[in-house]
Amino acid sequence: MVNVNVQGKKYPATNPYLVGREKIREFAHAVKSTNPINLDVFAAQAAGYNDVVAPPTFAVVIQERSLATVLNDPEADIDFSRVVHGDQRFIHARPIVAGDELVSVLEVASVKTLGAHSMVTFETKIFAEGDELVCTAISTLVVRGGE
Amino acid sequence: MTHINIASLEVGQVIGSTEFLLTRDSLVRYAGASGDFNPIHYRDDFAQSVGLDGVLAHGMLTMGAAVQVAVDWVGDAGKVIDYGVRFTKPVFVDATDGAVLIVTGKIGEIDAENGEVRVDLTAVFNDTVVLGKAQARVRL
Repeated sequence: MVNVNVQGKKYPATNPYLVGREKIREFAHAVKSTNPINLDVFAAQAAGYNDVVAPPTFAVVIQERSLATVLNDPEADIDFSRVVHGDQRFIHARPIVAGDELVSVLEVASVKTLGAHSMVTFETKIFAEGDELVCTAISTLVVRGGE
Repeated sequence: MTHINIASLEVGQVIGSTEFLLTRDSLVRYAGASGDFNPIHYRDDFAQSVGLDGVLAHGMLTMGAAVQVAVDWVGDAGKVIDYGVRFTKPVFVDATDGAVLIVTGKIGEIDAENGEVRVDLTAVFNDTVVLGKAQARVRL
């Protein structure tokens, strides 16, 4: 059972993550993207970006780094082997582009208990240098109760 | 670059449909690219030990592939400004045949004032819808 007292708890900013061009290409291939804006620097620049643009779900890579902090927090008491992804949303203030150096700050938005199960919603804010908000990632995990 | 005239769009209009073949290779590739190495996505014995029928695709892979229908329509991955889904059903990926995911995008809402459109995505595997409320807000 997830500790309901962690609702509202904020976790410190992660170490900066430098978004690489080849990482974006690798992720784009993995999600079956063929969009030149993800893959081709010239196409991305022609569209007004500095470098290749990350696919819309790439922010999950940054979110995971914050989530790992929570899953390792004994106070939260989340058993990762019982976790199922319930829902996910990414709200972009702007796209993530190769060369961005990103940090994320996570807050436990809510903890709800449904019988033996818990539903935990996390809000992860992703910032570029100069505290520029790039993306808000909202994720709900369902933690199945023990038998 | 696709140029879309917002005035020509209608709610309910189909903007595209794509068939994605997800194989075990796709899952290993996504694991590496995303850093999600949960063995339920590549080991049958492990998946069965936690009560699953077999290896299933990462929900985030299904989510990431589905939005490509909206990306291909608008022509620019950077124009998807808000995208959310619910993971409602698992996509089991057969070791030999993989899994076929069919994604269709429709116009759900038109916000002409802000030049934005909501694309509603339907992702189907084995005649079952696997994502709930899959909506991508796109800036034209």
